[in-house]
Amino acid sequence: MVKVTLKNITKVFGKVVAVNNLNLEVRDGEFVALLGPSGCGKTTTLLMIAGIYRPTKGRIYFDDEDVTFLPPKDRNIGMVFQSYALYPHMTVYDNIAFPLKLKKVPKNEIDKKVREIAKLLRIDNLLNRKPAQLSGGQQQRVALGRALAKEPDVLLLDEPLSNLDAKLRVLMRAELKRLQKELKITTIYVTHDQVEAMSMADRIAVMNAGRLQQYAEPEKLYNKPANIFVAGFIGNPPMNFIDGTVYSKNGRFFFDSGEFTIELSKEIGEIVTSKASEVVMGFRPEHVKISLSEQPNSVEGLVYVVEPLGRDVVVNVKIGSIIVKILASPDLNLEPGQKIWLIFDQRRLHFFDKKSGLSLLV
Amino acid sequence: MARKKVVKYSRSRALLWTVAKYLAVVLIAVIPLIPIWTMVLWLFMQSFSSKVIMGIVPAGLTLNNWRFLWAPLKMGLKEYPNIWPITFNTLALALGVSGLVVFVSVLGGYALSRMEFKGRTPLMEFIIALHAFPSIILLIALFVILNKLGLYGKGFMTLVGIMLIKAGLEIPMATWIIKGFFDAIPWDIEWAALVDGCSRWRAWRSVILPQVLPGIGAISIFSFLSGWSEFILVFTYVKNEAYYTLPVLIYHMIGEYKFIDWGLLSALGLFFTIPTLIFFSTSQKLLLRIYVGGIKR
Repeated sequence: MVKVTLKNITKVFGKVVAVNNLNLEVRDGEFVALLGPSGCGKTTTLLMIAGIYRPTKGRIYFDDEDVTFLPPKDRNIGMVFQSYALYPHMTVYDNIAFPLKLKKVPKNEIDKKVREIAKLLRIDNLLNRKPAQLSGGQQQRVALGRALAKEPDVLLLDEPLSNLDAKLRVLMRAELKRLQKELKITTIYVTHDQVEAMSMADRIAVMNAGRLQQYAEPEKLYNKPANIFVAGFIGNPPMNFIDGTVYSKNGRFFFDSGEFTIELSKEIGEIVTSKASEVVMGFRPEHVKISLSEQPNSVEGLVYVVEPLGRDVVVNVKIGSIIVKILASPDLNLEPGQKIWLIFDQRRLHFFDKKSGLSLLV
Repeated sequence: MARKKVVKYSRSRALLWTVAKYLAVVLIAVIPLIPIWTMVLWLFMQSFSSKVIMGIVPAGLTLNNWRFLWAPLKMGLKEYPNIWPITFNTLALALGVSGLVVFVSVLGGYALSRMEFKGRTPLMEFIIALHAFPSIILLIALFVILNKLGLYGKGFMTLVGIMLIKAGLEIPMATWIIKGFFDAIPWDIEWAALVDGCSRWRAWRSVILPQVLPGIGAISIFSFLSGWSEFILVFTYVKNEAYYTLPVLIYHMIGEYKFIDWGLLSALGLFFTIPTLIFFSTSQKLLLRIYVGGIKR
């Protein structure tokens, strides 16, 4: 097991900067997710760690060894591709045995190892099949088996669950996490699905447009997003953003959106007003209470649409010309056109600088 | 009641319509085949009978037309070499062409498909342009080259020279065909092989090559047949009868005398077709896959 360090990594394809000055450290045995929208450079980063792409600038270290120019075969990594990339002309057995054969492991040891891995992944009854005869979930497990067979120092996973159906995905999520904790392999997991990243990873590196946005534990990303991008990307339904200004008057602090004004608590107000006046206020749909009668420091709105999700409903509320999404209990039985009041949880409000998009509270 | 009758009536009409449609399709499909099949039928009938009526109705079974299989061919005063050495020459030429074409185009096709280098696109266009020149317009230039290389009039070595020429003419198209097969293999699979511990060369050999086998099959068949049926190059450059190939031998059965032994000619023709028939009957599925494009996934 190794520690993976990326130092000032930049990758340029022609004129496109795919990855821009990325610094990342993955601890020994850690499970790190690279999270971001498609085209953000996360797969490129993974392929650079694998040695398939060579960074244009910067260095990659496994522990203290500089592996920047080492070919993939000398890095002792295991990788699962989004398409699984199983060898179609080989049986499941040969697919898993292939990396061991290349390592010149004795035949009886290969056999032992393949059967052991197959048993662990519950594919021991499929060893004689060809990949084309397997379902998506089975193929995924074979790909994982092939990656694990050679006991890699680093396990790289590129959206391994994206081709599975929703039910299997939830199942494999837990399975992968358990396996990683059991084998304690340093794992880097690329995904665009924030739920996957949040539920599995020890730490998440959020990327956008080739740049690292924030690198932190899942709950920190959720509670203390470093900028508007992270705030909007993490959480479902996404965070609501309202442009406005903050000001103080007679020692009290206010946020004014043009459509409504709310008073801010002293501690938040002091920090925010000291840093900027043009701000974006963010609040998560689950951090607002709906009241059917007017309350102090609440905002009046009209129910616009109600989207039932089963356990909760997403209420689209119209405040003047602004529409925000609020998560509420279905018991409220809200109807479109109904007048309601929103009460914000002051400790859960986020404020971002309008120009830079950076959080003013972190 | 009346309603039921109407339904029945329209159903039988629909059936009739379907039958008529299929009949039309079958007719249209079969008519163009009639002359082709007549020719093939003529070949069979003529070669096994002493006399034929109306071209295709046999009269009198005989193996006399096949006498070239065990005796030297005689045309008037001239005696041609035995059929077997000539078949061997043809086979050597065809296999040589096919082997060279597969070797060069599989390596070249991979490079064109997978490797980034300067001038890749112009090179590909240049390669396809090469295919535009038929061997007949190159005859004189090729003669000079063969002569300079000391391959003209050197018996079997002349055949080797022709092998090189023929392979050179076949390689451009074969390279393009096989490049398409390499293109169809996702990068992921090659990358997986590299990550699993392969060098680029090993990944090519163990993982990529097995997946283009249908393509290799196709180009080897095409180039084999093209070498097998090569006429103009052998006819022009080979003067020693011992190094004739079958197409040239067949030509001489027609060319030199006014009297033509049709039975012998058809038997020879049928003999010449045998490898083609074997190839197409064993590789039909493979060829179909190529014509509809790429590897089945």
